[in-house]
Amino acid sequence: MTTTNTIAVQCKGVTKVYGAGGTQVHALRGVDINIHTNELMMMVGPSGSGKTTLISIIAGVLDRCGGECKVFGHDYQTMSNNEKANYRRKNIGFVFQMFNLLPTLTAAENVAVPLLINGVKRRDAFERARSLLDRVGMGDRTHSLPSQLSGGQQQRVAIARSLLHNPKLIVCDEPTSALDHVTGHKVMELLREMAVGPDRAFVVVTHDARIFEFADRIAKMDDGHIIDIKNAHRHSLPKKAP
Amino acid sequence: MNYVALKMLIGNRAKYLGIIVGLTFASLLITQQSAIFMGLMTRTFGFLSDTSIPDVWVMDPKVQYIDDLKPLKETESLRIRGIKGVAWAVPLYKGLLKARLPNGAFQTCIVVGLDDETLIGGPPAMLQGKLSNLRHSDAIIVDGVAAKGRLANVTRDGKRVPLKIGDTMELNDHRAVVTGICEVSRTFQSQPVIYTTFSRSVAYAPPERKLMSFVMVKAKPGQDLQELCQRIRRTTGLAAYTKNDFKMLTVRYYLKYTGIPINFGITVCLGFIVGIAIAGQTFYNFTLDNIRYFGTLKAMGASNRLLLRMILLQASLVGSIGYGIGVGVASALGTLSGKTELSFYLPWQLLVFSATAVMLICAISAVVSMRTVLKLEPAIVFQN
Repeated sequence: MTTTNTIAVQCKGVTKVYGAGGTQVHALRGVDINIHTNELMMMVGPSGSGKTTLISIIAGVLDRCGGECKVFGHDYQTMSNNEKANYRRKNIGFVFQMFNLLPTLTAAENVAVPLLINGVKRRDAFERARSLLDRVGMGDRTHSLPSQLSGGQQQRVAIARSLLHNPKLIVCDEPTSALDHVTGHKVMELLREMAVGPDRAFVVVTHDARIFEFADRIAKMDDGHIIDIKNAHRHSLPKKAP
Repeated sequence: MNYVALKMLIGNRAKYLGIIVGLTFASLLITQQSAIFMGLMTRTFGFLSDTSIPDVWVMDPKVQYIDDLKPLKETESLRIRGIKGVAWAVPLYKGLLKARLPNGAFQTCIVVGLDDETLIGGPPAMLQGKLSNLRHSDAIIVDGVAAKGRLANVTRDGKRVPLKIGDTMELNDHRAVVTGICEVSRTFQSQPVIYTTFSRSVAYAPPERKLMSFVMVKAKPGQDLQELCQRIRRTTGLAAYTKNDFKMLTVRYYLKYTGIPINFGITVCLGFIVGIAIAGQTFYNFTLDNIRYFGTLKAMGASNRLLLRMILLQASLVGSIGYGIGVGVASALGTLSGKTELSFYLPWQLLVFSATAVMLICAISAVVSMRTVLKLEPAIVFQN
């Protein structure tokens, strides 16, 4: 992270409660975090600690209950559903644990989906998708269906999909947990190389300690709180929180 | 995104074919059963369709449909001829008489007696012989289907020999000679139709004081038919209908007093329910199978409107294909059964009806699926 980086995501006292009455679950209990451009922020913590809830709120796919959360100065809470969808369409890229590639579309077609949603013509979208697939080392598999690809290859396609429309914020949910160590390492190298940029913020949720070395900062979460945020020394594992 | 929607649908072969089979079956059932119903209803006034020359039919006021015969005095035709606007009026006999075939078998036939002088009201087409042959002694003309079927001579060895010109039979113990074979529309009762002259038909019929069934009237050029009907009713106290009104009177009777519409209605409803049950259910399952991907698209910024458009496109595609195949198969079956006893009539209105029914099935299926997608939280994409 450099000092010239701007704040991309600013969360203050964010809370989220699921359910009502006696079945209430407090997923977030007042989370404060700033995420900058040009950095890879990793969120770690045990299951149920609120990592996924937090990135869902940051990505604008889940409404918070309280607190403030601005993404590049925009507050989702002030937007209508259509405005939120519109914002996500242009500014957010997603990488999922299970890739979420449409099984009946080829690799190139899957990568082209964000552009198609944005109304780009099919031919242009496919051309750009093929070009990006080439950059992620999948140029020879553009016509393959997801079922014909390995897990690592599918995640490469998903990474290309998340980058094609040049989003400002990329959120990754457990991008390596369905992959073996070597493949996971390669995927993170690719993400690090392609997704981190001066105009872009990058958030990864994981509990896979093998990839901590790729983070610029690591936020440790537990029971709906961020209990520790540390600058990570690249190529070294973070210390465990007490 | 239309491309993505279609690939999502077509790529899932099993579901795609399942939906199409369901819709095809529904479309086939709805179209075919409705066409048979329409065919049956058309047969109820088949005789009226065949007798195209007269503009107005005059009958006893209590007549409810074409085969509800309530005889009139023959002099009524003379009275009607004197009414303003009438170009001509001729009597017609129509009745059920027993025919005794050469092999001794009996067959009930519809006997139609045409005006002796003009022979107006004859069959629409002659297959053998001429209509004027009816002027020969004891002459009758029989319909072609009956000549080969119910009126055919069955020899001792069981061979069926079609009735031909020159053959004789007995109508109510009177000799009748076949002088022609004609083509007629199938009637609702499917009885053989025999044409003869009016005077001969009343001689064949059991003796009654009144024997004329209808008076067929031709209006003078430019005469308003409804007005003429009213004038005839006022003057004679009889019922008078234009040909179309008489057809509708007949159809209404069958609709009201027979269980035919209910029976066919039930089958058509079953087709509709089967369509919803199979196609609707499969389409909904298809949406559920893809809910994760709809969620992914939603998370990636696809608006509800865009997703609804995708679902509507998918529903429209399967609807169009299912409808097309169903109607195609129904038409093919109808064409194949064209010369058989099966009644089948497929007017364009029926195509619109079945298209509407299939569209409704698709719309219901799509609405259920849309509801699921609309309610879908995009955050589902992070739930593993």
